[in-house]
Amino acid sequence: MIRFEAVGKRYPGGGEALATLDLDIAAGEFVFLTGPSGAGKSTLLKLVALIERPSRGQVIVNGQNTRKVARRRIPQFRRGLGMVFQDHKLLADRSVFENVALPLLIAGYAERDINRRVRAALDLVGLADKAPRLPLTLSTGEQQRVGIARAVVSKPPLLIADEPTGNLDPALSLEIMRLFERFNELGVTLLIATHDIDLVTQLGHRRVELVSGQLVGDTGLGHGRA
Amino acid sequence: MAAPERRGGELRRGAPGLLTRVRGYFRLHAQNLLGSLGRLARQPLASLLTVAVIGIAMALPAGLDVLVNNARALSAGWASAVDFSVYLEPGQPLARAETLAAEARGQADIVAVEVISAEEALAQLSRFTGMQAALEALDDNPLPHTLVVRPRPGLSAEAVSRLADGFESLEGIDLVQLDTAWVERFLAIVDIARRASGITLLLLGFAVVVIVGNTIRLDIENRRSEIEVMKLIGGSDGFIRRPFLYGGLWYGVIGGLLAVVFNASALLALAGPVQRLAGLYNADFALQGPGLTGLGVLVGGGALLGWLGAWVATSRHLRDIEPT
Ligand SMILES: Nc1ncnc2c1ncn2[C@@H]1O[C@H](COP(=O)(O)OP(=O)(O)OP(=O)(O)O)[C@@H](O)[C@H]1O
Ligand SMILES: [Mg+2]
Repeated sequence: MIRFEAVGKRYPGGGEALATLDLDIAAGEFVFLTGPSGAGKSTLLKLVALIERPSRGQVIVNGQNTRKVARRRIPQFRRGLGMVFQDHKLLADRSVFENVALPLLIAGYAERDINRRVRAALDLVGLADKAPRLPLTLSTGEQQRVGIARAVVSKPPLLIADEPTGNLDPALSLEIMRLFERFNELGVTLLIATHDIDLVTQLGHRRVELVSGQLVGDTGLGHGRA
Repeated sequence: MAAPERRGGELRRGAPGLLTRVRGYFRLHAQNLLGSLGRLARQPLASLLTVAVIGIAMALPAGLDVLVNNARALSAGWASAVDFSVYLEPGQPLARAETLAAEARGQADIVAVEVISAEEALAQLSRFTGMQAALEALDDNPLPHTLVVRPRPGLSAEAVSRLADGFESLEGIDLVQLDTAWVERFLAIVDIARRASGITLLLLGFAVVVIVGNTIRLDIENRRSEIEVMKLIGGSDGFIRRPFLYGGLWYGVIGGLLAVVFNASALLALAGPVQRLAGLYNADFALQGPGLTGLGVLVGGGALLGWLGAWVATSRHLRDIEPT
């Protein structure tokens, strides 16, 4: 699902964020990306989502070499993956329903399809009754679940998340991770960057560890759950 | 939580078909059209100022155009409605004047010829000028017999001029006086005004594009984070751009409607005095408004300029916003 081949990333005016990284994540895996601050976790995820492009090497996502994705093809490319952010990135002036519906609207779904899918996604994250609310009237944990509903509503095969539990207390964090596990059971590949080592240890999925842009540890393909 | 539906691993699974996408596309347009209007309404003061400036910018050339058209309508009949005077040589008998008048009346392009004898002319002169005493002191009447010729209405200025020249070459004619110089001056002024209105149209049309472009640029700046989110979840440039284009369209359309209101008010305020002035020249003149065509041109032109302004702004600024 995701393959990094000798990938290096150097930001203009910055140091080496990633150095000659090789990584292979198969479809259906649940992978944690860990490492100290500045290790390059966010950078790795940005390369997957084509927010950044590699300075060296190849990044292959869902069978597509990101180097070969032209700028105007990026929106289409991004519709093939779901993204969850630490700060949710919800639109404050639109209801929960409209936020979750946005990816479907962009992809041109029919209205009744949109209704059905948004209801299903909100059901899945336990927010069916919050559909008409504005995001800022929800708790942080609820906002994060809206962000997750939006990421999965168009059923992408791959979900990436950058510190999705960064602002949540341990109980809420576990709840969010359990939600991700359910998507994984449904066949979605997950790549989650996190600082929460306790949680990672507790859940026991594959763990890829970065330090200063180098891969220093990988519990290996297929580790943990199938 | 409800039981989750089974999710497959393929990327395109459940993706909408072509017909659905086309239908969705039109629905999006309709939603954007209304959505952008709603967005303007949510900042009523700022939007009002913008459309007011656009309205003024569009009302000026449109108003000038209305004035110029009216001035042209007013002067349309003048050049040919002008009588000209044919002065006989001194010493020519009145009978000669009568003969010439009779001949002239037979011409198709002449509707009336009046003979003013030297005596009548002198009498008029002394009555109007109050120079009675001085004129009575003269031994001889210095004035010639005169024909006042009225050409057929609707005759072009050149035809009238040719007609007058025809008299000049006749036996016993001293001078033909065709007083169209002031009409020509008036038409020259109208022509300058017409060109000026064209130039204002160009300049202020450009101004409208700049005003809308700048407003949309600020709008884009204010919605930067929203645009980033849209790009992150796969919004295409067209999708992100559309609401801004419709925003520009609305600014232009509402500005155009305002311009119509401004012009109608100005016309109403000017109608009385203009009518009096025009009545001095042409009794059955009525002030013409821009009409339905003018309304259509203002609203349509506004829509076009607004769209163009938004198009320029989005072309320049949306590209720069990328999620990081
Ligand atoms: N836009 C940028 N320009 C220049 N340097 C950058 C940029 N983004 C990241 N870096 C640098 O690249 C390195 C890796 O950053 P990155 O954000 O990937 O780390 P991280 O592992 O996500 O850290 P954290 O846990 O704090 O989020 C850091 O040294 C950072 O300073
Ligand atoms: Mg980070």
